[in-house]
Amino acid sequence: MLLFDIVLPGLVLGGMYALIALGLTLQYGVARVMNLSYGESLVAAAFGALSLYTGLGLSPLAALLLAVPFAFLLNWLLYRFLLERLMRRGKDRSAQEIDSILVTFGVLFVIQGIMLVAFGGQYYSYSYLSIAVVVLGSTLAVNRLVALLFAAGIGIAVYIALTRTRMGTAARAIAVDANAARLVGIDVSSLSALVFACGGGLVAVGGVLISMFLTFNASMGVVFTMKALVVVIMGGVGNVMGALVAGLILGIVETAVARLVDPGLTLAATYALFLAVLLIRPTGLFGRAPS
Amino acid sequence: MFSANRRTLLRITSLTAMATALGTFTSAADAQEKIRIGYAISKTGPYAGGASITTLPNYELWVKDVNAAGGIKLGDKRLSVEVVEYDDRSSSEEAVKAIERLANQDKVDFIFAPWGTGLNLAVGPTLNRLGYPHLAVTSVTDKAPELAKRWSNATFWLGTSAQISEALAELLGKLKGEGKIGGNIAMVSVADQFGIELAVAGREAFKKAGFTLAYDKTYPLGSQDLQPLLNDAIAAKPDTFIAFSYPPDTIALTEQAQLLKFNPKIFYVGVGTAFPLFKGKFAANSDGVMGIGGWNADSPALKDYLARHKAATGKEPDRWASPITYASLQVLQQAIETVGKVDRAAVAAEIRSGTFDTIIGKVKLKDGLLQEVWSAGQWQNGEFYGLAPTSLPGARAPIMPKPQWQ
Repeated sequence: MLLFDIVLPGLVLGGMYALIALGLTLQYGVARVMNLSYGESLVAAAFGALSLYTGLGLSPLAALLLAVPFAFLLNWLLYRFLLERLMRRGKDRSAQEIDSILVTFGVLFVIQGIMLVAFGGQYYSYSYLSIAVVVLGSTLAVNRLVALLFAAGIGIAVYIALTRTRMGTAARAIAVDANAARLVGIDVSSLSALVFACGGGLVAVGGVLISMFLTFNASMGVVFTMKALVVVIMGGVGNVMGALVAGLILGIVETAVARLVDPGLTLAATYALFLAVLLIRPTGLFGRAPS
Repeated sequence: MFSANRRTLLRITSLTAMATALGTFTSAADAQEKIRIGYAISKTGPYAGGASITTLPNYELWVKDVNAAGGIKLGDKRLSVEVVEYDDRSSSEEAVKAIERLANQDKVDFIFAPWGTGLNLAVGPTLNRLGYPHLAVTSVTDKAPELAKRWSNATFWLGTSAQISEALAELLGKLKGEGKIGGNIAMVSVADQFGIELAVAGREAFKKAGFTLAYDKTYPLGSQDLQPLLNDAIAAKPDTFIAFSYPPDTIALTEQAQLLKFNPKIFYVGVGTAFPLFKGKFAANSDGVMGIGGWNADSPALKDYLARHKAATGKEPDRWASPITYASLQVLQQAIETVGKVDRAAVAAEIRSGTFDTIIGKVKLKDGLLQEVWSAGQWQNGEFYGLAPTSLPGARAPIMPKPQWQ
């Protein structure tokens, strides 16, 4: 049936978009760091998974157990030693944003340079779980389905953690107003570092999982940064559920346009939808109006 | 005080600059020690993927080979080759700037071409104005004959889009005549200059050969899911599937075709099919897949080239533009040796008129264009053999129909 044939592959594609964006929504939305090196970190994780798979025969899903803590640690260090100072210095949110853009722009080139030295510029691709599974009459790839499940699972878990736990509430308080959060006794800098590091861990999840089905090279990071940014802004900055929903909507719209209208217009449809959302709800689908 | 200091500093720098200029001038006048080669290549940005498979390894291999053999023969002397390299960051502006710098500041003797149609067209006017021979190997454009006429220093080595599509249509037409395939073709192409030109030329050529395009769509560059496109292509029930695609899409289309158990009699995909990565990823499933490019894998010269490429760069070359890139440099070397001095205009003229011995056989350009270019190849037992044009030496018969995916 055409409907299932649009909705299911659309959800799978959207799951990938959401997965790519989840880390950024934590780093940008909650920890207030506009991380321009986001895509590069994602590609670095993909290279990590590739090396572990081809070198040691370690499955990408097992590689997650290594990659996520490692990325968490690296991002924590990055925040502690590079970004924290800027965050403290910046007078308001926009100043912090500009400073973090400048610094992470530099980090982008460092990561990219290391990858270029280690892997060169050529394309890499390997196959893992590239198995067909038929769901409701439409054929899906298991590896892409796994990415969707991870995106949904992580998205919901992070959403619950942010809304239902004390620490999550504190993190959201920082996102709303860091100075006020400090006044009620929240340790802004260490909690921000933690959230930023969690975002980094999620980047690693995204990178490892997409490496199972996308062909990538060292200079592709910007593609992912752009897509993640569209999803995050469309969903409402800092809203994890928003990112998940926005990603899924984009996936379904792209697939529907490709099937029903013309595959050449998928990109146009993405940005038309993005613009429409911004015109109607400038703070994103789930964003709250600034008070 | 500060300004006085600065003035002195300025004076000193300009004096030194003059001295250096004089120095190079005199040394160049009495005897050249080395031949300086310069190039700007995409080491970063979207073109890095293609450049680091097809172009850069061959530039490095050639320099290594030439220097190991003692250098380029100028008169009765052999001059070794020295390289100045820049990253054009996949940007036309950077590429043009780097070429200007190579010519005016580094004063290199020859300049190698960047990777890709776009960048080659971008640096074309500059190389023409500066009078450097331009070996535009990795560019496929229907404008090539016209450009070769306009720029007497430029040569084109991968054929035109029309040539590629026509040779493919000729091969398919022959198979249809033998009753091996039906008249339905599904064609997809990437919406970028390369895909658009090939698709336009293809539409005409396939129609002329008696085919109908049951499905014919473009997709945007960088699409991350091509399954919807494939689903509709499958619904058209074609005997032949053709994709004028870029490497990530080529890989994705092949992988998703396997998942969807799409087994047309002919499965032809674009750039990337001829890459070693393709064989590495799909292993036995690559067998029977056709794609753009190809080479005469039985030729001893190419076998030797494959071994040297592997030894020097640690990886295999692609089976389309890599050997041609290397051959173009052999042509340049032989042209320099025939002319006997660094006279760029004479070398450019010699490249166009001479006949050269290269790894791809005897090369004789016609109006600045290499005519003998493979436009369709097929993976057969782990090697990518050329199929069309069928008139080329070493052209193999296609394995038909493509074996079912495993």
